Amino acid sequence: MAKTVIPVGPYHPLQEEPEFFKLLVEGERVVDLEIEIGYNHRGIEKIAESKSYDQVLFLVERVCGICSTSHPFASVNALEDLADIKVPERALYIRTIIGELERLHSHLLWLGLAGHFIGYNTVWMWAWKYREPILDIFERITGNRQHYAMMKVGGVRRDIGSSDIPEIGKMVEGLLPVIDMFRGAVLDDPVIHARLKGVGILKKEDIIEYGAVGPTARASGVAIDVRKDEPYAAYPLVDWRVITREEGDVFAKAVVRILEMYESIKIIKGCLDRLKVVGGEIDAKVKEIPPGEGIGRHEAPRGEVFHYVRSDGSNRPVRYKIRAPSYMNVPTNKKSVVGGTISDATITLAAVDPCYCCTERVAVADRKSGKKRLTGKDLIRLSQEKTFRLKREMV
Amino acid sequence: MNLKTKALTRSIWVFHFAAASCNNCDIEILDALTPKFDLERFGMLLVGSIRHADVILATGAISHKAGVRLKRLYEQAPKPCLVIAVGCCACSMCIFRDSYNMAGPFDRLVPVHAYIPGCPPKPEAIIMGVVKLIKALKKG
Amino acid sequence: MAEENLARIKDRFSTRVLKVFAKSSRRIYIDFDSKDIPEVASFLFRELGARFSTATGIDTRKNIEILYHFSFDSSGTVISLRTLVDRKNPEIESIAAIIKGAEWIEREIHELLGVNFRNHPNLKRLLLSEDWPEGKYPLRRE
Repeated sequence: MAKTVIPVGPYHPLQEEPEFFKLLVEGERVVDLEIEIGYNHRGIEKIAESKSYDQVLFLVERVCGICSTSHPFASVNALEDLADIKVPERALYIRTIIGELERLHSHLLWLGLAGHFIGYNTVWMWAWKYREPILDIFERITGNRQHYAMMKVGGVRRDIGSSDIPEIGKMVEGLLPVIDMFRGAVLDDPVIHARLKGVGILKKEDIIEYGAVGPTARASGVAIDVRKDEPYAAYPLVDWRVITREEGDVFAKAVVRILEMYESIKIIKGCLDRLKVVGGEIDAKVKEIPPGEGIGRHEAPRGEVFHYVRSDGSNRPVRYKIRAPSYMNVPTNKKSVVGGTISDATITLAAVDPCYCCTERVAVADRKSGKKRLTGKDLIRLSQEKTFRLKREMV
Repeated sequence: MNLKTKALTRSIWVFHFAAASCNNCDIEILDALTPKFDLERFGMLLVGSIRHADVILATGAISHKAGVRLKRLYEQAPKPCLVIAVGCCACSMCIFRDSYNMAGPFDRLVPVHAYIPGCPPKPEAIIMGVVKLIKALKKG
Repeated sequence: MAEENLARIKDRFSTRVLKVFAKSSRRIYIDFDSKDIPEVASFLFRELGARFSTATGIDTRKNIEILYHFSFDSSGTVISLRTLVDRKNPEIESIAAIIKGAEWIEREIHELLGVNFRNHPNLKRLLLSEDWPEGKYPLRRE
């Protein structure tokens, strides 16, 4: 049977970041996948070598927009590991609140995109609508909707005021019925079951082979989460649990993200309670970074962010290494997309919640000659059409 | 039909082009489509093909690879086509100025008609920038 | 738990362990000769159940240093294997056949630092464009 090539990207309307996936198909089935990244490569590690440690925090924040605080979080962890810095308790709670608020808005963003890919545009509109109060809170307490610049070596840049605490509490409380609604929508809709269950399966062995992390790993029964494995900030100080599923399909990944949002709200509420009674400094007032090396990690919404830093005692890093979670997760598409149908391709690719700018995706596609040429838009349309077909069949 | 007249005879079709961005600007652009901000009430529609674009909303500092694609894409856009640089990276490359892999900013590769600074600019700022440009065209 | 893993590594590789630097109970750096890396990586991955997190390549001006970072999630420890390769002709055996998750980072270190990973299944460029000049390695200090 003749093989056809279907490029998805690099400028695909609903993948905001340019990434090139090339699908090699035989009829309806995907027989191979090539991934080409590199469109977002900005040379950040090299730039970091000419910046002071304070500036590096602003630099790494811009690795990724959606997990904006995740990189600074890993960064301060790395530098505090290097220099054995003890962070004041109040700052730990503030860091954790920022990190979890980010997880909330990131998972909602993903829900919206996933909804769009399978033809539930109302899900997209609602998910992004309910993201707005979170961004408003960010603007209130940090001054910006995205890129909050809260992390600082030894502490945080700004305190959360006593008038802000009830506002944050009210906002997350208001999210609970919203998540309930999404949970009901996803868990109870037979069309979504038919659409997402058994699709894009990653087995436990695949996760381990590729070193995948985050909800992608947890949805396949690999219970890794940096917040529990190597507790940092306020994660060991409040009560919450790691969410896992066993099936490893797109449905399981959606469920993990939805249930994680409840845990994030639990963590935020726990931290807010502690902020009411724990006063004191929010900054250890670090003067310099001694020579040495440090490793810092953070469980970003997509999984483990890993930073390595080497210092020679000057105010600039000798070497700064950044590894984002999607770097490990995107290659797993070789296993999850291949063998599936083209109508399932977009939702499977989206299921690992790729943050291309974090990973620097290069899409390498096989440029073999193909008779039929479908665009990325066509693939989304096929995905949405499959949902409508299933709906009709179920009535 | 000159640029001004064409731009105002019907709704503006906007093509979103991200070239090595961190995505925050891209998310804020898409946010402008959501109910809270609602780009569509200004008659603006996001289109999926460059061949339908009146306006390119451009983000990012442009890596070498993206620069190659940008040139190809701009050639395909039916002229006149307005380019709006959204975000500091698109306007001036910002902190990525000295990187070994950048080909930007946009006005080095294509004509740019409006600059909306910010990191990222809020959806309100993006809408305001686009509306300002259209008003400026009206005035001539 | 962390001490147990370190003890097993020392036990298994004895004199091939060139140096151990335990910065803390959760951050351990172990130096090996470059020819031993695949065997040690395999031991950590297959027998100790470690997860490969990533690798860092550094041009120290004297040589190219490569750190392979392995995460032991049950104890929250990162054990980094440190090795040095010659700067003029940097070469090391790939571990991608053992750990699929190492494929991309070896390609990245190859194009940014010029290290040749022998027997890598697909050692082509990952991040840099095709027209990026040969022999120009952005992370090298010239």
